[in-house]
Amino acid sequence: MSITRTRIIPVIGLAAAAVFALSACGSSDSLQGGGSSGNQGGDDQSKTIVVGSQSYPSNEIIAEIYSQVLEKDGFTVERKFAIGQRDAYMPSLEDGSIDLFPEYTGSLLQYYDKSATAGSSDEVYDAMVKVLPDNLKALDYSPATDQDSYNVTAAFAKENNLTEIGDLAGVKDLTFGGAPELEQRPYFTDLKKVYGVDAKFEATADTTVDELVAGNIQVANVYSADPRIETEDLVTLKDPKGLFLAANVVPIANADKADEIADAINKVSAAMSPEELVAMNVESTVDQRSSADIAKKWIADNLG
Amino acid sequence: MNVFLDAFAWIFSPDRTTGYLPLWEAVLQHLGFTFGSVAIAALIAIPAGWAIGHTGKGREIAVFLSGAARSLPSLGLVVLLYLVIGVNFKEQAAVVAFVLLAIPSILAGAYAGIEAINRSTVEAGRAVGMTPMQILWKIEVPLGLPLLIGGIRSAVLQVVATVTIAAYVGLGGLGFALIQGIQTRNAAQILGASIVVVILALVLDGAFALFQRIVVPRGVAVQHSSPTRRRTRRAPVPAT
Repeated sequence: MSITRTRIIPVIGLAAAAVFALSACGSSDSLQGGGSSGNQGGDDQSKTIVVGSQSYPSNEIIAEIYSQVLEKDGFTVERKFAIGQRDAYMPSLEDGSIDLFPEYTGSLLQYYDKSATAGSSDEVYDAMVKVLPDNLKALDYSPATDQDSYNVTAAFAKENNLTEIGDLAGVKDLTFGGAPELEQRPYFTDLKKVYGVDAKFEATADTTVDELVAGNIQVANVYSADPRIETEDLVTLKDPKGLFLAANVVPIANADKADEIADAINKVSAAMSPEELVAMNVESTVDQRSSADIAKKWIADNLG
Repeated sequence: MNVFLDAFAWIFSPDRTTGYLPLWEAVLQHLGFTFGSVAIAALIAIPAGWAIGHTGKGREIAVFLSGAARSLPSLGLVVLLYLVIGVNFKEQAAVVAFVLLAIPSILAGAYAGIEAINRSTVEAGRAVGMTPMQILWKIEVPLGLPLLIGGIRSAVLQVVATVTIAAYVGLGGLGFALIQGIQTRNAAQILGASIVVVILALVLDGAFALFQRIVVPRGVAVQHSSPTRRRTRRAPVPAT
Protein backbone atom coordinates (compact mmCIF):
# COMPACT_ATOMS: atom_id res chain seq x y z
CA MET A 1 0.00 0.00 0.00
CA SER A 2 2.68 2.45 0.99
CA ILE A 3 4.60 1.91 -2.22
CA THR A 4 1.68 2.55 -4.54
CA ARG A 5 0.88 5.69 -2.59
CA THR A 6 4.33 7.20 -2.80
CA ARG A 7 4.37 6.58 -6.53
CA ILE A 8 1.22 8.62 -6.99
CA ILE A 9 2.83 11.81 -5.70
CA PRO A 10 5.26 12.39 -8.57
CA VAL A 11 2.51 11.47 -11.03
CA ILE A 12 0.25 14.16 -9.61
CA GLY A 13 3.11 16.63 -9.71
CA LEU A 14 3.85 15.75 -13.32
CA ALA A 15 0.21 16.08 -14.28
CA ALA A 16 0.04 19.51 -12.65
CA ALA A 17 3.20 20.58 -14.45
CA ALA A 18 1.75 19.35 -17.75
CA VAL A 19 -1.45 21.33 -17.19
CA PHE A 20 0.55 24.49 -16.56
CA ALA A 21 2.71 23.91 -19.61
CA LEU A 22 -0.33 23.28 -21.79
CA SER A 23 -2.20 26.32 -20.55
CA ALA A 24 0.87 28.46 -21.24
CA CYS A 25 0.98 27.15 -24.83
CA GLY A 26 -2.73 27.78 -25.19
CA SER A 27 -2.51 31.44 -24.32
CA SER A 28 0.38 32.18 -26.68
CA ASP A 29 -1.38 30.34 -29.49
CA SER A 30 -4.55 32.32 -29.05
CA LEU A 31 -2.57 35.55 -29.15
CA GLN A 32 -1.02 34.67 -32.49
CA GLY A 33 -4.33 33.42 -33.83
CA GLY A 34 -5.94 36.72 -32.87
CA GLY A 35 -3.31 38.65 -34.77
CA SER A 36 -3.75 36.78 -38.01
CA SER A 37 -7.54 36.85 -37.92
CA GLY A 38 -7.35 40.62 -37.48
CA ASN A 39 -5.30 40.75 -40.64
CA GLN A 40 -7.91 38.87 -42.63
CA GLY A 41 -10.69 41.05 -41.25
CA GLY A 42 -8.81 44.11 -42.42
CA ASP A 43 -8.47 42.73 -45.94
CA ASP A 44 -12.10 41.75 -46.29
CA GLN A 45 -13.69 45.04 -45.33
CA SER A 46 -11.99 48.32 -45.87
CA LYS A 47 -14.28 50.01 -43.34
CA THR A 48 -12.99 47.81 -40.50
CA ILE A 49 -10.34 49.37 -38.31
CA VAL A 50 -8.38 47.24 -35.85
CA VAL A 51 -7.44 49.34 -32.81
CA GLY A 52 -4.77 48.07 -30.44
CA SER A 53 -3.57 49.16 -27.02
CA GLN A 54 -0.88 48.39 -24.47
CA SER A 55 -1.84 46.56 -21.32
CA TYR A 56 -1.73 49.84 -19.43
CA PRO A 57 -5.05 51.38 -18.36
CA SER A 58 -4.21 54.89 -19.53
CA ASN A 59 -3.29 53.66 -23.00
CA GLU A 60 -6.39 51.51 -23.18
CA ILE A 61 -8.63 54.49 -22.40
CA ILE A 62 -7.14 56.44 -25.32
CA ALA A 63 -7.59 53.43 -27.60
CA GLU A 64 -11.20 53.17 -26.44
CA ILE A 65 -11.77 56.84 -27.26
CA TYR A 66 -10.35 56.29 -30.77
CA SER A 67 -12.62 53.26 -31.15
CA GLN A 68 -15.79 55.03 -30.08
CA VAL A 69 -15.07 58.06 -32.26
CA LEU A 70 -14.48 55.82 -35.27
CA GLU A 71 -17.67 53.88 -34.56
CA LYS A 72 -19.60 57.15 -34.56
CA ASP A 73 -18.13 57.83 -37.99
CA GLY A 74 -19.50 54.56 -39.29
CA PHE A 75 -16.41 52.38 -39.09
CA THR A 76 -16.51 48.84 -37.78
CA VAL A 77 -13.97 48.69 -34.99
CA GLU A 78 -12.21 45.59 -33.82
CA ARG A 79 -10.57 46.06 -30.42
CA LYS A 80 -7.30 44.31 -29.67
CA PHE A 81 -6.53 45.80 -26.28
CA ALA A 82 -4.05 44.94 -23.55
CA ILE A 83 -1.49 43.46 -25.93
CA GLY A 84 1.51 44.21 -23.76
CA GLN A 85 4.79 45.96 -24.30
CA ARG A 86 6.08 47.66 -27.41
CA ASP A 87 8.17 44.66 -28.47
CA ALA A 88 5.02 42.57 -28.50
CA TYR A 89 2.75 44.79 -30.56
CA MET A 90 5.00 46.76 -32.93
CA PRO A 91 5.45 43.74 -35.25
CA SER A 92 1.64 43.45 -35.55
CA LEU A 93 1.39 47.15 -36.32
CA GLU A 94 4.16 46.87 -38.90
CA ASP A 95 2.62 43.87 -40.67
CA GLY A 96 -0.82 45.48 -40.83
CA SER A 97 -2.75 43.24 -38.46
CA ILE A 98 -3.38 46.30 -36.29
CA ASP A 99 -4.43 49.56 -37.96
CA LEU A 100 -4.34 52.12 -35.20
CA PHE A 101 -2.45 52.36 -31.92
CA PRO A 102 -2.08 55.15 -29.34
CA GLU A 103 1.65 55.68 -28.92
CA TYR A 104 4.04 58.10 -27.24
CA THR A 105 6.42 60.17 -29.38
CA GLY A 106 9.62 59.87 -27.34
CA SER A 107 9.22 56.21 -26.44
CA LEU A 108 8.49 55.24 -30.03
CA LEU A 109 11.43 57.31 -31.27
CA GLN A 110 13.70 55.45 -28.86
CA TYR A 111 12.27 52.13 -30.01
CA TYR A 112 13.50 52.80 -33.55
CA ASP A 113 16.55 54.86 -32.66
CA LYS A 114 18.28 53.97 -29.44
CA SER A 115 20.64 56.91 -29.59
CA ALA A 116 17.81 59.47 -29.79
CA THR A 117 18.39 62.51 -27.61
CA ALA A 118 15.94 64.59 -25.70
CA GLY A 119 14.17 67.56 -27.13
CA SER A 120 10.96 69.53 -27.28
CA SER A 121 7.67 67.96 -28.30
CA ASP A 122 8.00 69.23 -31.88
CA GLU A 123 11.59 68.07 -32.29
CA VAL A 124 10.83 64.64 -30.92
CA TYR A 125 7.75 64.30 -33.14
CA ASP A 126 9.70 65.27 -36.28
CA ALA A 127 12.51 62.86 -35.40
CA MET A 128 10.00 60.08 -34.77
CA VAL A 129 8.22 60.62 -38.10
CA LYS A 130 11.59 60.23 -39.84
CA VAL A 131 12.35 56.82 -38.30
CA LEU A 132 8.86 55.32 -38.71
CA PRO A 133 8.61 52.51 -41.28
CA ASP A 134 7.00 53.57 -44.58
CA ASN A 135 3.77 51.66 -44.02
CA LEU A 136 3.08 53.45 -40.75
CA LYS A 137 1.86 57.01 -40.49
CA ALA A 138 1.83 59.24 -37.44
CA LEU A 139 -1.24 61.45 -37.11
CA ASP A 140 -1.13 64.74 -35.18
CA TYR A 141 0.35 64.50 -31.72
CA SER A 142 -1.67 65.56 -28.72
CA PRO A 143 -0.69 68.06 -26.01
CA ALA A 144 -1.41 65.23 -23.58
CA THR A 145 1.80 63.59 -22.44
CA ASP A 146 2.67 60.53 -20.46
CA GLN A 147 6.37 60.58 -19.92
CA ASP A 148 8.96 59.89 -17.27
CA SER A 149 9.07 62.50 -14.55
CA TYR A 150 10.74 63.02 -11.19
CA ASN A 151 8.38 63.36 -8.25
CA VAL A 152 8.79 64.18 -4.58
CA THR A 153 6.34 64.20 -1.71
CA ALA A 154 4.60 67.51 -1.03
CA ALA A 155 6.27 67.68 2.40
CA PHE A 156 9.76 67.13 0.96
CA ALA A 157 9.12 69.74 -1.73
CA LYS A 158 8.06 72.30 0.87
CA GLU A 159 10.94 71.52 3.22
CA ASN A 160 13.55 72.00 0.49
CA ASN A 161 11.74 74.59 -1.62
CA LEU A 162 11.54 72.46 -4.72
CA THR A 163 9.70 73.26 -7.93
CA GLU A 164 12.11 72.08 -10.62
CA ILE A 165 14.75 69.38 -10.90
CA GLY A 166 17.57 71.91 -10.62
CA ASP A 167 16.39 72.84 -7.11
CA LEU A 168 17.62 69.45 -5.95
CA ALA A 169 21.24 70.52 -6.55
CA GLY A 170 21.81 71.67 -2.99
CA VAL A 171 20.00 68.81 -1.28
CA LYS A 172 22.18 66.16 0.40
CA ASP A 173 21.74 62.37 0.42
CA LEU A 174 19.33 62.08 -2.44
CA THR A 175 18.20 58.63 -3.50
CA PHE A 176 16.29 58.30 -6.76
CA GLY A 177 14.00 55.31 -7.02
CA GLY A 178 12.69 53.77 -10.19
CA ALA A 179 12.59 50.74 -12.42
CA PRO A 180 15.85 48.77 -12.75
CA GLU A 181 16.57 50.37 -16.13
CA LEU A 182 16.58 53.89 -14.68
CA GLU A 183 20.22 53.31 -13.70
CA GLN A 184 21.18 53.35 -17.40
CA ARG A 185 18.76 55.97 -18.72
CA PRO A 186 20.28 59.28 -19.85
CA TYR A 187 17.78 61.19 -17.72
CA PHE A 188 19.43 59.64 -14.68
CA THR A 189 23.05 59.47 -15.79
CA ASP A 190 22.98 63.08 -17.05
CA LEU A 191 21.47 64.52 -13.86
CA LYS A 192 24.82 65.86 -12.71
CA LYS A 193 25.73 67.26 -16.12
CA VAL A 194 22.39 68.94 -16.84
CA TYR A 195 21.21 70.03 -13.39
CA GLY A 196 24.25 69.53 -11.14
CA VAL A 197 22.34 67.05 -8.99
CA ASP A 198 24.20 64.30 -7.12
CA ALA A 199 21.96 61.26 -7.00
CA LYS A 200 22.13 57.72 -5.77
CA PHE A 201 20.08 55.08 -7.53
CA GLU A 202 17.78 52.56 -5.90
CA ALA A 203 15.93 49.94 -7.95
CA THR A 204 12.46 50.11 -6.48
CA ALA A 205 10.61 48.70 -9.50
CA ASP A 206 6.88 48.35 -8.83
CA THR A 207 7.23 49.67 -5.28
CA THR A 208 8.54 53.11 -6.29
CA VAL A 209 5.63 55.28 -5.13
CA ASP A 210 5.22 53.34 -1.87
CA GLU A 211 8.93 53.71 -1.13
CA LEU A 212 8.68 57.44 -1.75
CA VAL A 213 5.72 57.82 0.57
CA ALA A 214 7.48 55.67 3.19
CA GLY A 215 10.52 57.96 2.96
CA ASN A 216 12.96 55.26 1.83
CA ILE A 217 13.74 57.23 -1.32
CA GLN A 218 13.53 60.99 -1.87
CA VAL A 219 12.77 61.21 -5.58
CA ALA A 220 10.61 58.82 -7.61
CA ASN A 221 10.68 58.23 -11.34
CA VAL A 222 6.99 57.91 -12.24
CA TYR A 223 5.01 58.41 -15.45
CA SER A 224 3.59 61.90 -15.51
CA ALA A 225 0.01 60.64 -16.02
CA ASP A 226 0.21 58.25 -13.07
CA PRO A 227 -2.91 58.79 -10.95
CA ARG A 228 -0.92 58.28 -7.74
CA ILE A 229 0.76 61.64 -8.33
CA GLU A 230 -2.66 63.07 -7.52
CA THR A 231 -3.87 60.54 -4.97
CA GLU A 232 -0.62 60.43 -2.96
CA ASP A 233 -0.17 64.20 -3.14
CA LEU A 234 3.16 64.14 -4.99
CA VAL A 235 4.87 67.10 -6.60
CA THR A 236 6.21 66.65 -10.12
CA LEU A 237 9.45 68.56 -10.55
CA LYS A 238 9.58 70.75 -13.66
CA ASP A 239 12.15 69.95 -16.31
CA PRO A 240 12.98 73.28 -18.03
CA LYS A 241 16.24 71.98 -19.55
CA GLY A 242 14.57 69.04 -21.27
CA LEU A 243 16.24 66.15 -19.47
CA PHE A 244 13.36 63.87 -20.35
CA LEU A 245 12.40 62.94 -23.86
CA ALA A 246 8.97 64.43 -24.55
CA ALA A 247 6.35 61.70 -24.83
CA ASN A 248 3.19 63.18 -26.31
CA VAL A 249 0.32 60.88 -27.11
CA VAL A 250 0.43 60.19 -30.84
CA PRO A 251 -1.86 57.96 -32.92
CA ILE A 252 0.12 55.62 -35.16
CA ALA A 253 -1.91 54.35 -38.11
CA ASN A 254 -1.48 51.99 -41.00
CA ALA A 255 -0.53 54.20 -43.98
CA ASP A 256 -3.32 52.70 -46.15
CA LYS A 257 -6.03 53.66 -43.70
CA ALA A 258 -4.51 56.77 -42.16
CA ASP A 259 -6.24 59.25 -44.47
CA GLU A 260 -9.79 58.06 -43.93
CA ILE A 261 -9.50 58.16 -40.14
CA ALA A 262 -7.21 61.19 -39.77
CA ASP A 263 -9.95 63.80 -39.34
CA ALA A 264 -11.74 62.01 -36.54
CA ILE A 265 -8.60 60.97 -34.67
CA ASN A 266 -6.84 64.33 -35.00
CA LYS A 267 -9.84 65.99 -33.35
CA VAL A 268 -9.34 63.67 -30.36
CA SER A 269 -5.64 64.46 -30.13
CA ALA A 270 -6.23 68.20 -30.30
CA ALA A 271 -8.89 68.11 -27.60
CA MET A 272 -7.02 65.99 -25.04
CA SER A 273 -4.99 67.79 -22.38
CA PRO A 274 -2.40 66.34 -20.00
CA GLU A 275 -4.66 67.12 -17.02
CA GLU A 276 -7.56 65.25 -18.58
CA LEU A 277 -5.35 62.24 -19.15
CA VAL A 278 -4.43 62.18 -15.46
CA ALA A 279 -8.07 62.68 -14.47
CA MET A 280 -9.12 59.76 -16.65
CA ASN A 281 -6.43 57.59 -15.08
CA VAL A 282 -7.74 58.48 -11.65
CA GLU A 283 -11.24 57.46 -12.72
CA SER A 284 -9.85 54.18 -13.98
CA THR A 285 -7.60 53.10 -11.12
CA VAL A 286 -9.20 54.84 -8.15
CA ASP A 287 -12.89 54.82 -9.08
CA GLN A 288 -12.56 51.51 -10.93
CA ARG A 289 -14.66 52.63 -13.89
CA SER A 290 -14.38 50.81 -17.19
CA SER A 291 -12.43 52.40 -20.03
CA ALA A 292 -15.60 52.29 -22.17
CA ASP A 293 -17.47 54.47 -19.63
CA ILE A 294 -14.58 56.88 -19.19
CA ALA A 295 -14.12 57.22 -22.95
CA LYS A 296 -17.83 57.82 -23.49
CA LYS A 297 -17.93 60.57 -20.89
CA TRP A 298 -14.81 62.25 -22.26
CA ILE A 299 -16.20 62.24 -25.81
CA ALA A 300 -19.52 63.69 -24.61
CA ASP A 301 -17.69 66.43 -22.66
CA ASN A 302 -15.12 67.34 -25.29
CA LEU A 303 -16.37 66.44 -28.75
CA GLY A 304 -20.08 66.90 -28.08
CA MET B 1 26.46 31.72 -31.31
CA ASN B 2 27.25 35.38 -31.42
CA VAL B 3 24.55 36.08 -28.86
CA PHE B 4 26.14 33.60 -26.46
CA LEU B 5 29.55 35.18 -26.91
CA ASP B 6 27.99 38.57 -26.17
CA ALA B 7 26.30 37.11 -23.12
CA PHE B 8 29.54 35.73 -21.72
CA ALA B 9 31.27 39.00 -22.57
CA TRP B 10 28.56 40.70 -20.51
CA ILE B 11 29.11 38.35 -17.57
CA PHE B 12 32.87 38.82 -17.51
CA SER B 13 32.92 42.52 -18.34
CA PRO B 14 34.73 44.67 -15.73
CA ASP B 15 31.55 46.78 -15.64
CA ARG B 16 29.89 43.96 -13.71
CA THR B 17 31.96 44.76 -10.63
CA THR B 18 30.67 48.34 -10.43
CA GLY B 19 27.33 50.08 -10.66
CA TYR B 20 24.25 49.87 -8.50
CA LEU B 21 24.29 46.11 -8.17
CA PRO B 22 27.59 44.37 -9.04
CA LEU B 23 27.06 40.88 -10.39
CA TRP B 24 28.72 39.08 -7.48
CA GLU B 25 26.52 41.00 -5.09
CA ALA B 26 23.43 40.03 -7.07
CA VAL B 27 24.56 36.38 -6.91
CA LEU B 28 25.03 36.64 -3.14
CA GLN B 29 21.59 38.22 -2.71
CA HIS B 30 20.14 35.51 -4.90
CA LEU B 31 21.77 32.72 -2.89
CA GLY B 32 20.81 34.46 0.35
CA PHE B 33 17.13 34.48 -0.59
CA THR B 34 17.35 30.89 -1.81
CA PHE B 35 19.04 29.37 1.23
CA GLY B 36 17.22 31.55 3.73
CA SER B 37 13.83 30.58 2.32
CA VAL B 38 14.68 26.89 1.98
CA ALA B 39 16.07 26.83 5.53
CA ILE B 40 12.87 28.31 6.96
CA ALA B 41 10.81 25.93 4.84
CA ALA B 42 12.91 23.01 6.10
CA LEU B 43 12.38 24.04 9.74
CA ILE B 44 8.64 23.81 9.14
CA ALA B 45 8.37 20.96 6.68
CA ILE B 46 10.87 18.41 8.01
CA PRO B 47 9.37 17.98 11.50
CA ALA B 48 5.88 17.99 9.98
CA GLY B 49 6.89 15.45 7.35
CA TRP B 50 8.55 13.17 9.90
CA ALA B 51 5.48 13.35 12.13
CA ILE B 52 3.27 12.38 9.20
CA GLY B 53 5.59 9.59 8.09
CA HIS B 54 6.07 8.21 11.58
CA THR B 55 2.45 8.25 12.67
CA GLY B 56 0.94 7.67 9.24
CA LYS B 57 -1.65 10.32 10.10
CA GLY B 58 -2.46 13.60 8.40
CA ARG B 59 -1.07 12.59 5.03
CA GLU B 60 -4.16 13.59 3.04
CA ILE B 61 -4.38 17.01 4.58
CA ALA B 62 -0.65 17.57 4.05
CA VAL B 63 -0.89 16.55 0.39
CA PHE B 64 -3.89 18.82 -0.03
CA LEU B 65 -2.33 21.84 1.66
CA SER B 66 1.08 21.54 0.05
CA GLY B 67 -0.51 20.92 -3.35
CA ALA B 68 -2.57 24.06 -2.91
CA ALA B 69 0.52 26.02 -1.83
CA ARG B 70 2.41 24.76 -4.85
CA SER B 71 -0.24 26.01 -7.25
CA LEU B 72 -0.06 29.60 -5.99
CA PRO B 73 1.67 31.83 -8.53
CA SER B 74 4.73 33.18 -6.73
CA LEU B 75 4.83 36.58 -8.41
CA GLY B 76 1.19 37.21 -7.57
CA LEU B 77 1.82 36.12 -4.01
CA VAL B 78 4.84 38.39 -3.58
CA VAL B 79 2.91 41.39 -4.87
CA LEU B 80 -0.19 40.53 -2.83
CA LEU B 81 1.76 40.06 0.42
CA TYR B 82 3.71 43.22 -0.29
CA LEU B 83 0.48 45.17 -0.72
CA VAL B 84 -0.95 43.68 2.47
CA ILE B 85 2.00 44.07 4.84
CA GLY B 86 3.51 47.23 3.39
CA VAL B 87 6.58 48.42 1.59
CA ASN B 88 8.86 48.29 4.62
CA PHE B 89 8.34 44.54 4.91
CA LYS B 90 8.71 43.61 1.27
CA GLU B 91 11.65 41.29 2.04
CA GLN B 92 9.48 39.30 4.41
CA ALA B 93 6.72 39.23 1.79
CA ALA B 94 9.08 37.73 -0.77
CA VAL B 95 10.55 35.23 1.70
CA VAL B 96 7.08 34.02 2.70
CA ALA B 97 6.25 33.39 -0.95
CA PHE B 98 9.50 31.46 -1.49
CA VAL B 99 8.99 29.46 1.71
CA LEU B 100 5.52 28.44 0.53
CA LEU B 101 7.08 27.37 -2.75
CA ALA B 102 9.74 25.28 -1.01
CA ILE B 103 7.57 23.55 1.60
CA PRO B 104 5.71 21.02 -0.61
CA SER B 105 8.83 19.31 -1.98
CA ILE B 106 10.54 19.13 1.41
CA LEU B 107 7.39 17.90 3.14
CA ALA B 108 6.88 15.22 0.51
CA GLY B 109 10.54 14.20 0.76
CA ALA B 110 10.32 13.93 4.55
CA TYR B 111 7.24 11.74 4.80
CA ALA B 112 7.85 9.77 1.61
CA GLY B 113 11.32 8.92 2.92
CA ILE B 114 9.81 7.31 6.00
CA GLU B 115 6.92 5.68 4.15
CA ALA B 116 9.29 4.06 1.68
CA ILE B 117 11.06 2.13 4.43
CA ASN B 118 10.37 -1.57 4.43
CA ARG B 119 7.85 -2.12 7.24
CA SER B 120 9.67 -5.23 8.39
CA THR B 121 12.72 -3.09 9.21
CA VAL B 122 10.57 -0.93 11.47
CA GLU B 123 8.94 -4.04 12.98
CA ALA B 124 12.39 -5.47 13.64
CA GLY B 125 13.29 -2.32 15.54
CA ARG B 126 10.16 -2.64 17.62
CA ALA B 127 10.89 -6.33 18.22
CA VAL B 128 14.27 -5.60 19.75
CA GLY B 129 12.58 -3.18 22.14
CA MET B 130 13.16 0.23 20.58
CA THR B 131 10.94 3.04 21.81
CA PRO B 132 8.97 5.00 19.16
CA MET B 133 11.55 7.79 19.47
CA GLN B 134 14.38 5.36 18.90
CA ILE B 135 12.58 3.93 15.89
CA LEU B 136 12.22 7.45 14.49
CA TRP B 137 15.82 8.56 15.09
CA LYS B 138 17.68 5.30 14.54
CA ILE B 139 15.65 3.74 11.71
CA GLU B 140 13.22 6.08 10.01
CA VAL B 141 15.25 9.28 9.88
CA PRO B 142 18.52 7.77 8.59
CA LEU B 143 16.82 5.51 6.07
CA GLY B 144 14.53 8.33 4.89
CA LEU B 145 17.39 10.81 4.52
CA PRO B 146 18.15 10.26 0.82
CA LEU B 147 14.54 11.02 -0.17
CA LEU B 148 14.45 14.01 2.19
CA ILE B 149 17.61 15.43 0.65
CA GLY B 150 15.99 14.83 -2.73
CA GLY B 151 13.02 16.90 -1.61
CA ILE B 152 15.27 19.72 -0.42
CA ARG B 153 17.16 19.47 -3.70
CA SER B 154 14.06 20.08 -5.79
CA ALA B 155 12.93 22.84 -3.42
CA VAL B 156 16.27 24.62 -3.84
CA LEU B 157 16.01 24.34 -7.62
CA GLN B 158 12.50 25.79 -7.71
CA VAL B 159 13.39 28.61 -5.38
CA VAL B 160 16.68 29.54 -7.08
CA ALA B 161 14.80 29.93 -10.36
CA THR B 162 11.92 31.85 -8.78
CA VAL B 163 13.99 34.33 -6.74
CA THR B 164 14.42 36.30 -9.99
CA ILE B 165 10.97 37.79 -9.34
CA ALA B 166 12.25 39.51 -6.18
CA ALA B 167 13.50 42.29 -8.43
CA TYR B 168 9.93 43.17 -9.34
CA VAL B 169 9.53 44.60 -5.85
CA GLY B 170 13.03 46.06 -5.83
CA LEU B 171 14.81 43.38 -3.83
CA GLY B 172 17.71 42.82 -6.20
CA GLY B 173 19.10 39.42 -6.99
CA LEU B 174 19.80 38.28 -10.53
CA GLY B 175 16.28 39.30 -11.58
CA PHE B 176 17.48 42.91 -11.42
CA ALA B 177 19.86 42.42 -14.33
CA LEU B 178 17.20 40.46 -16.20
CA ILE B 179 14.49 43.11 -15.88
CA GLN B 180 16.92 45.90 -16.64
CA GLY B 181 18.04 44.03 -19.75
CA ILE B 182 14.48 43.46 -20.92
CA GLN B 183 13.57 47.13 -20.55
CA THR B 184 16.72 48.39 -22.26
CA ARG B 185 16.41 45.68 -24.92
CA ASN B 186 19.90 44.40 -24.19
CA ALA B 187 19.92 40.79 -25.38
CA ALA B 188 23.44 40.09 -24.09
CA GLN B 189 22.44 41.20 -20.62
CA ILE B 190 19.20 39.17 -20.60
CA LEU B 191 20.98 36.03 -21.74
CA GLY B 192 24.01 36.68 -19.53
CA ALA B 193 21.91 37.04 -16.40
CA SER B 194 19.89 33.95 -17.36
CA ILE B 195 23.08 31.96 -17.83
CA VAL B 196 24.23 32.93 -14.35
CA VAL B 197 20.89 31.70 -12.93
CA VAL B 198 21.25 28.45 -14.88
CA ILE B 199 24.82 27.94 -13.65
CA LEU B 200 23.73 28.58 -10.06
CA ALA B 201 20.95 26.02 -10.46
CA LEU B 202 23.28 23.42 -11.99
CA VAL B 203 25.95 23.88 -9.34
CA LEU B 204 23.41 23.61 -6.52
CA ASP B 205 21.80 20.57 -8.12
CA GLY B 206 25.17 18.88 -8.53
CA ALA B 207 26.10 19.60 -4.92
CA PHE B 208 22.83 18.13 -3.68
CA ALA B 209 23.14 15.08 -5.94
CA LEU B 210 26.51 14.40 -4.33
CA PHE B 211 25.13 15.01 -0.85
CA GLN B 212 22.22 12.68 -1.56
CA ARG B 213 24.66 9.86 -2.30
CA ILE B 214 26.73 10.52 0.77
CA VAL B 215 23.79 10.34 3.16
CA VAL B 216 22.66 6.88 2.00
CA PRO B 217 23.30 4.60 5.05
CA ARG B 218 25.95 1.97 4.39
CA GLY B 219 23.59 -0.97 4.70
CA VAL B 220 21.15 0.52 2.21
CA ALA B 221 23.93 1.31 -0.22
CA VAL B 222 24.92 -2.34 -0.30
CA GLN B 223 21.31 -3.31 -0.94
CA HIS B 224 21.11 -0.94 -3.87
CA SER B 225 24.13 -2.51 -5.51
CA SER B 226 22.39 -5.89 -5.77
CA PRO B 227 19.09 -5.20 -7.49
CA THR B 228 17.87 -8.80 -7.61
CA ARG B 229 17.89 -9.08 -3.85
CA ARG B 230 16.07 -5.86 -3.50
CA ARG B 231 13.32 -6.90 -5.85
CA THR B 232 12.67 -10.17 -4.04
CA ARG B 233 12.54 -8.33 -0.76
CA ARG B 234 10.14 -5.71 -1.92
CA ALA B 235 7.75 -8.02 -3.70
CA PRO B 236 5.83 -9.23 -0.66
CA VAL B 237 5.13 -5.70 0.60
CA PRO B 238 2.14 -4.75 -1.60
CA ALA B 239 0.52 -8.08 -0.75
CA THR B 240 0.32 -7.36 2.97
